[in-house]
Amino acid sequence: MSEESSGLLRRRRRKNSLFTVLLAIPVIIVVFILGHMLGKIFINGVKALNLDFFTKAQKPFGEPGGGIANAIIGSVIVVLLATVISLPIAVLVALYLAENPEKRIAKTLLVVVNALQGLPSIIIGIVIYSWMVVPMKSFSALAGGVALSFIMIPLLTTTIREIFVLVPGSYREAALSLGVPRWRTTVGVILPAALPGILNSTGLGIARIAGETAPLLFTAFGSPYISTALGKPISTLPLIIYEYIKSPYDDWHQKAWGAALLLVCFVLLITVPMNLRKDRSKG
Amino acid sequence: MPSHDILHMELNFPSDHIALSTKNLEVIYADGARAVKGISLSIPKKATTAIIGPSGCGKSTALRAFNRMNELIPGTVTKGEVLFHSRNIYAPSIDPVTVRTNIGMVFQKPNPFPKSIYENIAWAARIHGHKGNCDELVESCLRKAALWDEVKDKLRRSAMSLSGGQQQRLCIARTLALTPEVILMDEPTSALDPLSTASIEELTSELKKDYTIIIVTHNLQQAGRISDMTAFMLLGDLIEYAPTKKLFVNPEDERTERYITGRFG
Repeated sequence: MSEESSGLLRRRRRKNSLFTVLLAIPVIIVVFILGHMLGKIFINGVKALNLDFFTKAQKPFGEPGGGIANAIIGSVIVVLLATVISLPIAVLVALYLAENPEKRIAKTLLVVVNALQGLPSIIIGIVIYSWMVVPMKSFSALAGGVALSFIMIPLLTTTIREIFVLVPGSYREAALSLGVPRWRTTVGVILPAALPGILNSTGLGIARIAGETAPLLFTAFGSPYISTALGKPISTLPLIIYEYIKSPYDDWHQKAWGAALLLVCFVLLITVPMNLRKDRSKG
Repeated sequence: MPSHDILHMELNFPSDHIALSTKNLEVIYADGARAVKGISLSIPKKATTAIIGPSGCGKSTALRAFNRMNELIPGTVTKGEVLFHSRNIYAPSIDPVTVRTNIGMVFQKPNPFPKSIYENIAWAARIHGHKGNCDELVESCLRKAALWDEVKDKLRRSAMSLSGGQQQRLCIARTLALTPEVILMDEPTSALDPLSTASIEELTSELKKDYTIIIVTHNLQQAGRISDMTAFMLLGDLIEYAPTKKLFVNPEDERTERYITGRFG
């Protein structure tokens, strides 16, 4: 009996270590790929960094020097614009979806929002091109912001809806038992309770759209000049990476790596602390 | 102690001693389940009435019908009458908000708002038109709920930092801020440890001097300790309703006897 069970135990231990090894392999692969990628970007990108890189606009073809200030400013403007457009819409739609889960309109809306999330981003670019760029007869920062907001709205709506759903129903019950009207409950209890989560989702949403290129190709288009005008074409980090890496110049290639490093740092700066915070709030 | 008088009181109290009464109260959920099957009872003023019965007997549903809380559950139908100041609270002319400010509720799990201790009490009071400084209101409510001494130095701290028992007393204080006449308590101690339970029980016997308390409880000893009247429910029916001492010592219905002696439920 004891011999039999010790044999069973040995077999179990063997299986256990086999599975540990099997699981370790993909983990090592993923960490290696990610580490290699980040390392490559860092090694190539760090050479491009100097004061001019951050403060000067790009130079015309072939001319050495210059920086990517136009793209940094452009990225900030376009992303900010998209966030300002998306956040209020997403919060209101998410609130409606969370508060009226049984309503038919809400169910339909949820399907639409999920479908929008799967829309290829280049298609959003074409749509905004025909909606805004053609009638306005110009590529513009505004069109770029709107295009990015089409990616951000469904993303934020789904994540913020989940946050509202997670707000304990007992708060609503408590407010109701105190005779508080529904809208006061929403503004006074539900929104404040959901606020940290909403900020978190917004941060992750910003990180996501900051790297979008395709919707900007025929909306923001790109521009070599430092510009803050919403009605004019504007460059962004992904656009300048795209433009520079296609060029035949070594100097531009290096700047593209520099821009890539900047973008990666920005995204990691937002997502890493937020993912850590998410874990902590769960624990 | 009014409980002494109540002991000798007949079940048909004089009408000015009645805080709340029901006539053929019936609650049907969206799935067709009749959770409460037509109960009629009168709750005496400034006393504690306990509703006991096994799980699923409809006692919580009945309690929630007393201040129209079942309306939060879509598809719930309430029939019959709940009379409060001789008016049916389900009459179309009655605003549920008025009902709920006069008939407060404390829930099974303490559910303070994720706000400061101070705001938990002041928020709803302000919404209902309490003007100006709420300091006095907050202090008097916390004193009545026997929580003042424990929290007076940290009113601005989050209510979530309090212990479960303190949170439950805060919820009671929050209800008191609206100066209700009746306080409904839905198993208010089932999520608390014995010490916190004792403090809530002590509090209810203090509060019944000024308020009418209706408490649903799973705990027979608790009903025996704190209530003046006890109603026993089974499968949605009101089986027996009597002064607590009588119901526990000399129940009339055999099913009541079987339940309180622990032979089922």
